[in-house]
Amino acid sequence: METLPGAAAGDVTVLIPTLLRPYVEGRTEVGLTVPEDGDVAALLDRLGEGRPLLEQRIREETGALRRYVNIYVDGEDVRRLDGLATPVPPGVTVMIIQSVAGG
Amino acid sequence: MSAARKTVLLAIGTKKGLWLATSTDRETWTLSDPLFLMEEIPSVGIDTRGGTTRLFAGRMSWHFGPCIAHSDDLGTTWTEPQEGSIRFAPEDGAALERVWQIQPDAENRPGVVWAGCQPISVWKSTDHGETFELNRGLWDHPHRSEWGAGFGGAAAHTVLPSPTDETLHVAMSTGGVYRSDDGGASWRPRNKGISAYFMPDPDPEFGQCVHKLARDAVDPDRLFAQNHHGVYATTDRGDSWQSIADGLPADFGFVMLSHPHRSGTAWVIPLKADGERIPPDGHLAVHRTDDGGATWQASDAGLPRGEYNAVLRDAACVDDDAVAGVYFGTRGGSVYASADEGRTFREVASHLPDVLSVRAAVVPA
Repeated sequence: METLPGAAAGDVTVLIPTLLRPYVEGRTEVGLTVPEDGDVAALLDRLGEGRPLLEQRIREETGALRRYVNIYVDGEDVRRLDGLATPVPPGVTVMIIQSVAGG
Repeated sequence: MSAARKTVLLAIGTKKGLWLATSTDRETWTLSDPLFLMEEIPSVGIDTRGGTTRLFAGRMSWHFGPCIAHSDDLGTTWTEPQEGSIRFAPEDGAALERVWQIQPDAENRPGVVWAGCQPISVWKSTDHGETFELNRGLWDHPHRSEWGAGFGGAAAHTVLPSPTDETLHVAMSTGGVYRSDDGGASWRPRNKGISAYFMPDPDPEFGQCVHKLARDAVDPDRLFAQNHHGVYATTDRGDSWQSIADGLPADFGFVMLSHPHRSGTAWVIPLKADGERIPPDGHLAVHRTDDGGATWQASDAGLPRGEYNAVLRDAACVDDDAVAGVYFGTRGGSVYASADEGRTFREVASHLPDVLSVRAAVVPA
């Protein structure tokens, strides 16, 4: 797993959906080092560093998660937890996936 | 065509991607494979000013949001600025939902491109459409809280810069026509004479559901409007509007086109409404006036009998040839082209997804 440089404390695996892989050099997952007290918003901030188009695909300008993008932390939908404030402790797997919207 | 061996590029934005058609005679067309599959393309633009061609696509992914991409090689490769072309600032408290209009300005303002967007907003680029700046005059307008949403969303769907001065016209659904006399610094509603039958007061200062505007090619003070019921013209830059619907089979529709070079010529594609919103009795026809709306002539040569799909506001266009080509697509995915100013049509494509936007231009072969 490739780990991006960052401050402290452990690794998180972010699974990238097919349609967003062009923005992460084609990878299926990205490893990030996160602090002990990090959350989804901070994780997305890190993921989007140097990848502004990826950031724009996931969150609106307001910072809100796009309506039809879902994020799961160890299998739990963050919308059922604390949204972007949901904790992301080291060791978890974060899945970004598009919802079933679309005709 | 008037010019020897030129190519016409027809960009077709649909509900599930972009197609590009090319022709050297506007009768036989070559259709590309789809681009941006599974993304809506509600707006396309072709900027041929300065002897170069830049093609724009307003893309909208239901999952991953809207953006504008552009191509300088007729659609072979596309570029999306890393920081995004259109982005609200955090203090605006809004997010871009859809780009409804990409409008290159006049020849004498190179590099200027306008965009009309949802939520209702107008944006100006001075770098050939790479990045756009929010027009604060309209965004901060005191009427904003009273503007509504048409069925397709609350959008500034038409932006028309005047080629001769600092006049700008914008049309929004719903809100109606607004005009700026100072290049976009300030805006006033200009809807006198346009009915809003769906409101308690049918003649409000603003709130009309104007579906499309077109500016006369020769007289910039003359504009044409297809309203949500009602077809109108103005000869005083919108200070007053007069009905020009007499002679049409229906006064509802979404399309309004003006001739690229000749004064007084315009086209509409009427739909029966409100109950049906299809071509009247399934009779699809393009109606043309050459006298500013005093009289209309219907053309259906080459069009199908029994057509029950609507033609949306930006799913019609003219090219810039001396003998204007007229183009439109239906929500049933058929696209038609006329090489003789709308007298006869040929099918360019069929069975595409719903056609949302078309633009055509003569480009270097």
